[in-house]
Amino acid sequence: MTEQDIPSAYLRDKRTPPPSREELRARIPGWGADLDPADRPSSPKLQYPADSGAHWDFPDRQPGSAGREHSIEHAFVTPVFGTAQPLHGLSGAIRRLAYARFSEGRLAHWVLLVLGDRVDAWGSHLRSFGTLHPDDPITETGVRAELTAGGTARRGRSDRRHQVLDPVLVAGPWVAAGAGMVLGARRVARALRG
Amino acid sequence: MRAMTYRGPYKLRVEEKDRPRIEHPNDAIVRVQLAAICGSDLHLYHGLMPDTRIGHTFGHEFIGVVDEIGPSVQHLQVGDRVMVPFNVFCGSCWYCARGLYSNCHNVNPNATAVGGIYGYSHTTGGYDGGQAEYVRVPFADVGPVRIPEWMHDEDAVLLTDAAATGYFGAQLGEIVEGDTVVVLGAGPVGLIAAQSSWLMGAGRVIVIDHLQERLDKARTTAHAEVWDYDEIDDVVLEMKRQTDFLGADVVIDAVGAEADGNLLMHVTGTKLKLQGGSPVALNWAIDGVRKGGTISVVGAYGPVPNMVKFGDAMNKGLTLRMNQTPVKRQWPRMFEHVRNGHLTPREVVTHRFPLEDIAEAYHVFSAKLDGCIKPLIVPSAS
Repeated sequence: MTEQDIPSAYLRDKRTPPPSREELRARIPGWGADLDPADRPSSPKLQYPADSGAHWDFPDRQPGSAGREHSIEHAFVTPVFGTAQPLHGLSGAIRRLAYARFSEGRLAHWVLLVLGDRVDAWGSHLRSFGTLHPDDPITETGVRAELTAGGTARRGRSDRRHQVLDPVLVAGPWVAAGAGMVLGARRVARALRG
Repeated sequence: MRAMTYRGPYKLRVEEKDRPRIEHPNDAIVRVQLAAICGSDLHLYHGLMPDTRIGHTFGHEFIGVVDEIGPSVQHLQVGDRVMVPFNVFCGSCWYCARGLYSNCHNVNPNATAVGGIYGYSHTTGGYDGGQAEYVRVPFADVGPVRIPEWMHDEDAVLLTDAAATGYFGAQLGEIVEGDTVVVLGAGPVGLIAAQSSWLMGAGRVIVIDHLQERLDKARTTAHAEVWDYDEIDDVVLEMKRQTDFLGADVVIDAVGAEADGNLLMHVTGTKLKLQGGSPVALNWAIDGVRKGGTISVVGAYGPVPNMVKFGDAMNKGLTLRMNQTPVKRQWPRMFEHVRNGHLTPREVVTHRFPLEDIAEAYHVFSAKLDGCIKPLIVPSAS
């Protein structure tokens, strides 16, 4: 390697200067419009006082906060909060434990919330079979889009590798549950016979 | 009203739900005219976000018409057409007072590590989202803005998150004139981040992905060099080779939790949920940026720990900058860029689905069918 071949990383300056402003402006619409950091809305990071439109020092408190779960890193239930899907049943008890006992810094907090999610999902699936609108893995996974030739999927799948495990993840629990029921039924039948 | 409802990982359906009601004096109820599915909605759809409850309605990118307002609302009227930032924020807490709207402390009782987000699980506050006919919008005097007459609806809905996040991501990179900027991910956020990097004076912009239609879009709309990582043996090494062994000055992670490119990380992070998502893009950023360089992270990750190469970041003296986007703060300047044609967010839209077909929409987007880059959702009531 001659001295002329030594890469920039080993020298004071980059060997290849960037294209000129004129060249970049000719090629790229708006090049350099925000070159000055003063034109960048999030520079500097902290901008006090921000003109937010708020006309209160502390917001009115939304009614109904009693019993609402909250992170123990909060001093109280925030003055405004979502009211969608309140805690219920076993999944609710697991989630309430996660919030009441563990800070966000503890892995147990998040593991319990994930466990609550899975209990919620399985409980909801089972309950749905007692309704007029049971869960339907065909319509609810949207998998029909795979078959709508001439429709949305006409150009096919562009991300084959990424999706290899998805059918296993989606169908796996259903197959496992079915296999478990068959095995259980056989065991019961065997016990009754014997 | 009709609303998308979550039924468990990879499953959702449209159900009848009660129309939301005013629950706080500064609430508004917005009738949704146009919504979008965000790449980060796929994290919920795939079961990656803790405390995503059955029955939850997703959707943090939406525009619509004000249908009802609470008694303390001063800045909006019924009938106004509004665009709503994905952040729920109060405008008055310590963080909002300093412009950190995405870190608001008054709207998310479930966590302090993240602010409020519409339709993004109870970890971000438990607010149902906008993939529905109606949505509750707290702090109506602070978040929503009337859509300018001249603005295209599809630009407006993209500005509520994806476009604003791309623009914010380029700012986090602290780009100086002539910098080489590498954008990881050519989804909507990455495409806008690449365009925005030019606005901030980049001398070279490289976009890395492995989906050809997205790379084509990066080449044509963002004027970027594009690399298909499936055709590159070692992405980090290629970044070094192509930058005279320095590394990029700035790397923007516009991928987040579902990154592919490393089987072990993808399976443990995305499929088995043993990490808060797959850290492939973040680790490529750490190893591919030059010493003393800057990494901007706008891809979303979950709250569970990740296998991040932090030792390399420390030893290289990197600056890591990241946040959820304080969307409304971006808008005045972004409106100028959209109006004068420097940014055209709607260029990334590829698909439009009626709300009733939203299960198919999620599958098409998740499985990357039909070259899908950005799907929009149109509620029937609109």
